[in-house]
Amino acid sequence: MKKEKDYLKPYKKRRFFKPKEKKLNRSMAGNTLLFVLMAICGVAMVLPLVMVINNCLKPLDELYQFPPKIFVRNPTLENFSDLFTLMNDSWVPFSRYILNTIIITGGGMVGHVIIASLAAYPLAKHNFPGKNILFQMVVLSMMFSWTVTQTPQYMIISWLHINNSYWALVLPACAFGMGLYLMKQFMEQLPDSLMESARLDGGSEWTIFWKIVMPNVKPAWLTLAIFQFQQMWGNTGSTFLRDEDLKPLQYALQQISAGGTARAGAAAAVTFIIAAVPITFFLICQKNVLETMTSSGMKD
Amino acid sequence: MNGTNTENTVSQEALDIAKKQATLSYRIKRNKACYMMLAPYFILFFFFTVLPVVMSVAFSFTYYNMLEMPEFIGWKNYIKLFLEDDIFLTSLKNTLILAVITGPISYFLCLLFAWIINEFKGWLRAFLTLIFYAPSICGNAYVVWNLILSGDRYGYLNGLLMKLGILDEAIIWMKTEKYVLPMLIVVQLWLSLGTGFLSFIAGLQTVDKSLYEAAALDGVKNRWQELWYVTLPAMKPQLMFGAVMQITQSFAIADVSIQLAGNPSVNYAGATVVTHLLDYGTVRFEMGYASAIATVLFLLMVGSNMLVQKLLRRVGE
Repeated sequence: MKKEKDYLKPYKKRRFFKPKEKKLNRSMAGNTLLFVLMAICGVAMVLPLVMVINNCLKPLDELYQFPPKIFVRNPTLENFSDLFTLMNDSWVPFSRYILNTIIITGGGMVGHVIIASLAAYPLAKHNFPGKNILFQMVVLSMMFSWTVTQTPQYMIISWLHINNSYWALVLPACAFGMGLYLMKQFMEQLPDSLMESARLDGGSEWTIFWKIVMPNVKPAWLTLAIFQFQQMWGNTGSTFLRDEDLKPLQYALQQISAGGTARAGAAAAVTFIIAAVPITFFLICQKNVLETMTSSGMKD
Repeated sequence: MNGTNTENTVSQEALDIAKKQATLSYRIKRNKACYMMLAPYFILFFFFTVLPVVMSVAFSFTYYNMLEMPEFIGWKNYIKLFLEDDIFLTSLKNTLILAVITGPISYFLCLLFAWIINEFKGWLRAFLTLIFYAPSICGNAYVVWNLILSGDRYGYLNGLLMKLGILDEAIIWMKTEKYVLPMLIVVQLWLSLGTGFLSFIAGLQTVDKSLYEAAALDGVKNRWQELWYVTLPAMKPQLMFGAVMQITQSFAIADVSIQLAGNPSVNYAGATVVTHLLDYGTVRFEMGYASAIATVLFLLMVGSNMLVQKLLRRVGE
């Protein structure tokens, strides 16, 4: 039985990956049904995106039109030129806000992905005293309402004297529970033989982690990077940062759009930019999530 | 590693070594590298997550208005919560309804769409993922529902229903008690393709492709059988992760309700545990009471998590 399968395998495999060949177990009726379902739902899902894009191209009178229309009639880039004028007038040079955002978003994202993955590896693939308690603590921590823990968190940040610095945003972000849980679940799937052979070749745990584990869970950390980027990008930092020249772009942009009726155009442009940046990041990451597995072929 | 070779050596010596290896301190020393890898995360985790949670639970036994020092009052917050606070009981009921309905449906939608999208390749696939993830990435995208559910006759839903002759006059959807909860459920379902969805998308990528060929040879006939017998068992870790994220989201519904129905909503029809918590925590500054609400919510989530994890172990059987 087993022998027969091995004999058939290479032949089947070649057929399976041939582009024009019909996929296994897919019927025409099933395809149609699922794609129709997807098209209907897709229209509903894409609505906010369509609105954001149309709004930022609307001249002021169309923005205030009643009843509101979704699609723009006389598209213009006026809103963006308004926004750039406002940016140039800001008290702190606008490039400073951009720099702050890069530090905070980048730091919180890269820091969390690395630190959480590092901790997830032993939790997924090793046995040591205290393992289950530590892991359960992380999972349970996600269920406690964030609104309430904010107050004690503020106190702790003041005690540690990292208030009013980038650390106040970056360090707590590194300690989110979700990333560790996500990475651990993906690492658990890796076959033990993968690490065993590296260990026999004399590789240290660090080498195994960087050279074998991380490349093989690329879809996981790219996905985590998306989540974390979104989280950090949306942070205005107004709870912890007092100095104007430490504040991120999100804060500055929201200040501009909070300017009332006269700034409705600039505000629409701001909404577009606030959405466009994470979307760009999202697309780049997603594209790479897909390419990993087809090219690496690491599974045994 | 050296533990496995001891069987072949002299028995007394082996016994001593085995005894030594069984002690806790030896096992800790042996796994030194593990603890080194855990340290950076768990030090931060302790300061910024564990400690705040422990402090919040402690606050739940106090009267604390964020100006004066917290004052210990024992179980009073909890007694008030269950015996005197009618609004809490309403909000608890609403939360349970929302969670029980939207939780499982959202979870299956995430899985379904991730699974369909998995059939595509390249940039097309990335764009399709974006389209379905759009409500989660556009910040508070659910404000579009304010236009759809607007109470005048220009609201899209009212306009449509009146054009079709179903309604004679506009309904003020989010200010009519009986429509609030159903509408929140609809919006919440629309929002459901978030964290779980993306993790399923990534999880589907890690399923070993050769499993599908083997399954086809073993007599799996269609995509549904393939899903149940091959795909789902292979991505069990992601299913578990998705379930936990779904629980944390379904029980914590608040922003949608506040944006669409207001806080407080009409006769508390849209009140959830978290809107109630926000009311006490950020409006009335009764942090002790808010912490008690958070603790009850926490226990609720932990309980449902245990239930769901038990169910998920049976996938693919």
